[in-house]
Amino acid sequence: MLSDRLKAKFDSVIARYPLKRSAIVPLLLFAQDEIGYVSDEAVEEIARRVGVNPIEVIEDIGYYSMLHRQPVGKFHLQVCTNISCMLRGGEKIFEHCAKELGIEHKQTTPDGLFSLEEVECLGACCGAPAMQVNYDFYENVTPEKLDALLADLRKKDQGSRIKD
Amino acid sequence: MAEPIKLSIDGKPVTVPPGTLLIEAAKQVGIEVPSFCYYPGLSLQGACRMCLVAIEKMPKLQTACTTVVTNGMVVHTDTPEVANTRKSMLEFLLTNHPLDCPVCDKGGECELQDAVFRYGAAETRFLEGKLHEEEKKFSNLVYYDRPRCILCFRCIRVCDEGMDVNAYGIGFRAAHSEIIPNRGEQLECEECGMCIDICPVGALTSGTYRYKTRPWEVTYTGTICNHCGDGCRTTLSVRNNVVIRANNRDHSGLNGEFLCVKGRFGWDFVNSERRLKSPLLRKNGKQEEASWEEALTFTVERLKTILAEHGPGAVAVIGSNRTTNEEDYLLQRFARTVLGTNDIDHHRTADFSSLVRALTEAGATDRYATIEDISAAKSLLLIGNDPTHQHPLIAYQIRQAVRQHGARLYIVNSREIKLRRQSSQYLQVKPQGEAEAVRALAGQAPAAQDLCAGGTGALTALADALKKESDTVILFGDEIQGQTVNDLVTCGLTLPGKTRFVALGDYANSRGAADMGLLPDTLPGYQPLSNEKARERMESAWAAKIPAAPGRNIRSIFEGIRAGEIKALLVFGANPVKTFGLDNAALTGLQLLFVAELFRTETAELANVVVPAASFAEKSGTVTNTCGEVQALKRTMRQAGTRSDLEILLALARLFGQRWTYQSPEDVLREIIALVPGYDIPLPSLLVGRAVPTHPEGRPPALERPDLVFSSRDSLFTSGTLSRYSWALNSVDEAKKPYGHAF
Amino acid sequence: MADYRNPMLGSPLEVKVLTRRFDLANSASIAVYVAHEGYQALKKAFGMKPDEVINEVKKSNLRGRGGAGFNAGMKWSFVPGQTTKPKYVVSNADESEPGTCKDRVLMEYDPHQLIEGIVIAGYAIQSHQGYIYIRGEYRYLMDILDRAIEEAYAQGYLGKNILGSGFDFDLATHTGAGAYECGEETALLNSLEGLRGYPRVKPPFPALIGLYGCPTIINNVETLSNVPHIISHGGDWYAKLGTPNNGGTRLFCLSGHIERPGIYELPMGFPLRQMIEDVGGGVWHGKKLKCVIPGGSSCPVLTADEIDVPMDFDSLARIGSMLGSGGVVILDEDTCMVKAAWRIMKFYAHESCGWCVPCREGTHWLKTLLERFHSDGGMPDDPDTALDVSYNILGKTLCPLGDAAAMPMISILKKFRHEFEEHLKLGSCPYEKRAVNVA
Repeated sequence: MLSDRLKAKFDSVIARYPLKRSAIVPLLLFAQDEIGYVSDEAVEEIARRVGVNPIEVIEDIGYYSMLHRQPVGKFHLQVCTNISCMLRGGEKIFEHCAKELGIEHKQTTPDGLFSLEEVECLGACCGAPAMQVNYDFYENVTPEKLDALLADLRKKDQGSRIKD
Repeated sequence: MAEPIKLSIDGKPVTVPPGTLLIEAAKQVGIEVPSFCYYPGLSLQGACRMCLVAIEKMPKLQTACTTVVTNGMVVHTDTPEVANTRKSMLEFLLTNHPLDCPVCDKGGECELQDAVFRYGAAETRFLEGKLHEEEKKFSNLVYYDRPRCILCFRCIRVCDEGMDVNAYGIGFRAAHSEIIPNRGEQLECEECGMCIDICPVGALTSGTYRYKTRPWEVTYTGTICNHCGDGCRTTLSVRNNVVIRANNRDHSGLNGEFLCVKGRFGWDFVNSERRLKSPLLRKNGKQEEASWEEALTFTVERLKTILAEHGPGAVAVIGSNRTTNEEDYLLQRFARTVLGTNDIDHHRTADFSSLVRALTEAGATDRYATIEDISAAKSLLLIGNDPTHQHPLIAYQIRQAVRQHGARLYIVNSREIKLRRQSSQYLQVKPQGEAEAVRALAGQAPAAQDLCAGGTGALTALADALKKESDTVILFGDEIQGQTVNDLVTCGLTLPGKTRFVALGDYANSRGAADMGLLPDTLPGYQPLSNEKARERMESAWAAKIPAAPGRNIRSIFEGIRAGEIKALLVFGANPVKTFGLDNAALTGLQLLFVAELFRTETAELANVVVPAASFAEKSGTVTNTCGEVQALKRTMRQAGTRSDLEILLALARLFGQRWTYQSPEDVLREIIALVPGYDIPLPSLLVGRAVPTHPEGRPPALERPDLVFSSRDSLFTSGTLSRYSWALNSVDEAKKPYGHAF
Repeated sequence: MADYRNPMLGSPLEVKVLTRRFDLANSASIAVYVAHEGYQALKKAFGMKPDEVINEVKKSNLRGRGGAGFNAGMKWSFVPGQTTKPKYVVSNADESEPGTCKDRVLMEYDPHQLIEGIVIAGYAIQSHQGYIYIRGEYRYLMDILDRAIEEAYAQGYLGKNILGSGFDFDLATHTGAGAYECGEETALLNSLEGLRGYPRVKPPFPALIGLYGCPTIINNVETLSNVPHIISHGGDWYAKLGTPNNGGTRLFCLSGHIERPGIYELPMGFPLRQMIEDVGGGVWHGKKLKCVIPGGSSCPVLTADEIDVPMDFDSLARIGSMLGSGGVVILDEDTCMVKAAWRIMKFYAHESCGWCVPCREGTHWLKTLLERFHSDGGMPDDPDTALDVSYNILGKTLCPLGDAAAMPMISILKKFRHEFEEHLKLGSCPYEKRAVNVA
């Protein structure tokens, strides 16, 4: 079930456009932010709300690289290896992530905590090498800073579990 | 008319109307500009880049498929740069295309293969591994092979824009893009197979044809589909006396490339194991195989006995909605002159007689609409019926009219039919309210307040809108019959311009059955039997007497059987037990039930004599579609043991001592052309595969009772009794959807 | 808990127009913006006729900062004055050109500058609705912009009867979800309509048939951010900041093997050599320069011998490259150009929308060819094949993405052919023994 908060957000986003279907991509991304991926239910719900066939929503999911049909990790590590980052060690950062987490491109750790993706230019070229964890930018990343970040994220997860 | 545009292509002067696309302008002077994604009638995309040509004063090559011609344009399609571009686009397409042409269904009729042959390089420079995906089964009838797909997106467009089904989409991106179906891994659609037909390569293949043959090993015969009343031309591919495919191969005729699921896949009843191959004669209460001679002799002897004992009033005949005009014509001749009875009728699925009478009385027999008139119409009024299911071609033509040139569609229907998506005004009336709406529109009787959802205001709005239109084509189903047809015609003729009409009847020759006089009170060409002159004209041609009194209609025939008055019933190509819901006792009083059929239907099961009839694929002749256009069937193959209804009738007549001189269906057709009003059609046009319109004129008697005309309401996946014997039509899940489901 | 620093490192050579407020505390807030000349240009614009606004922008020689460099005022003037259809202003904030991260700071540190530019553009073409199309990865910027838009509504800079002018304008953000192609204006429009981001056939151009089939202008964030300054100080003033036909300043993003990677606002026509050596502190670690990508990865590369060039649209076009999006990427002497070519092509192969054949198949082909070539599997014909394939893409595609992929390839294959030959001779990469990790 989609939350009431999300449903309210859907309504306000759809209202921005003269043509409801304009809202498809934003709605997909907001649904994914809440659910962790785009579920079948979200596809149906969005299609219904904007008045299109579900296949039109699925077409969009296939096109936009940030949208996922399967759950990703709680912390989705997106490491840029495009030209500016490559020149300053982006590939090493990616490999370091892969080694530390024991997963590869587009894989998720068995505990569901981390997933890894090699991504294209994030728009952080002057802070290369750069990566994003979910929507947060991390720039001028080094293997050492990465280790600290991963430890930090693990701690953060622990903290949230205790709170729960 | 705006000034034509003058331009030059490869030095040839070309003059075309404004708005013409360059690729079409080139065609007019015989210059081929290759393309994959461009397809006339579908939206433009500029995706395949095969049609890039050089236009002077333009810095880059331009796509001929998206360029609208302008005056003074100088175009070159024959430069080395253009040639190299074509070569390179083909090289690109072949990088990930598997060269499995030897085992590909499309080999030999593949547009990519042809283009590479004409414009491509002899070798590839692509040394990398090809992207591979396993083949996917979208449905029992449609398979998708991603590696072969060149992503021209024709399938998506024909499904969206042609069919309004929207069953396809595009998945993923870049070189991994692929065609995806609408229900996960599966298609849920009308299963028309247009996507397969339009696919330039072997990416979409047919579940019934795939891996069966090489296209050059089969014989192609152009004939007419035998299912609904629209009369689509189709090409049957036959190998070893077995039909293996139907598609309108040369896109000729009134349907162009269109075929629905029945036309494209539903012909397979022809090959059914359950076809009757031998006559059956009931002996000791059991039907047993018999020779043709035995069966026919028995029939004629029994008939003679009954006629002698009870007179011609004891014999009745039921004709077919699918047999040819020639067969129908002979059948009524046989009934009226050999058996001496006018007790002949058929399952009437539209009130053609009332339409002919109304137009004749209004002096407007030039107002029968053709299939082409429908797609060319600026305005359409559809009353009753669900063409998407009952008349797939007409539904397609209506959508074309709306999409291609903005025609307005007005609908009056008690159901939410799918075509309402295309309508400008959709008047949903209460169940069975269509006739009341027509009478109100015609000013014959005021409509009840609860007739439609929007009250009578909606009806007024519709009337007002129609008055602003011109050249409206009015189509109506069985909901409109008898006097209401007259009201509709009278009212329609007051609309601006040339209003035209179509009565929508169910089957391949429903119209022909009425035209040829398979009616108790009407001679061929809608001449009333009571008209002495008309009767005498036929009597002199046939050198025989025709009883002057009208015979029994089909309901009265059943009543006559129940009452014991009718002792013999001859049924040709019909299954009245099922169609009319007759109970088991209904026919028990008969001394002779003779059935000519393809299958052992409910009616055939009760018969004393069953003879195996030839199907549409196994005979020649003509059929008339619901618009009154006559087309020729062409024999494609033989089915051992069967005879056409025409051959059966000739044999019966011979056994009755008649000296009929017809040697072939064509001989009968010549007589029809000479004798039947409205059928004075040019034979050569027919023989070259044209659809020839007829303009019947006559004043047949008024409809006797309301339960004589009713549609079977076949869905896209049913076709009376025939569809039961089609594997293809029963193989798709969509067939299980409730009737009227809109995909 | 993001971790990044402001990439505006500062240089005495900068001319600050767009970035002049960046150093102020809370520069993104409307209070700071208004306190520092904010929304004054809008007031001034309302005192002008829409045509006068367009003429001022034309006069300024403001050219599109997204990469194509089309005269912005000219683009606006193509929108029909008389039409019954609504008109739209779309700000292209789908910044995705590798090497480019300037729009990000413009939105992060001065969102109202963009909003003011959009409203002025709306007034100029008499549009009443704008959208800011932000790439999905820039989610935090969407939050910043949403907040700024809310402030602007609250203080009457958006909405009905703005500043009592009688002019209405609504503005909303729209998020993409990961697609470089959506930076192409017609693909962006399709995306904004909820479709896959496929480009449209042109003509018709968006100025006539754009969003929802209505007249639309689409301008880059930086382009629109310049507009308030042009209106405030005049088109002539702005034009004079740069070189002839190349008005104003530009945000250059220096990245790659440079000592001080960062974003610098420099006048149009600023010499590239000086940019690298004086602004950026030279090639890192005192190494020699091998080549420069002057304006994002779509531009033909310049060798170390070609950097004595003023950084404006015309000068770079003259030497066969492009000013592009302002992403200046520095590659040092130890960089393998085969690998660089492969990485660039991998990007385009990933981002090709797949609509048209030469781009879809060509980028995939080049990517796999280069991958093999750099992974010790090169064949003697490969460089020629790659060059020919690139030419077969160039100028043949529906949208500029094909050219964007082909142009850097062609330049690398021509200018660094010797590196390909070295790979072939050695049978491996001379710069790194390790094969490319195929992702």
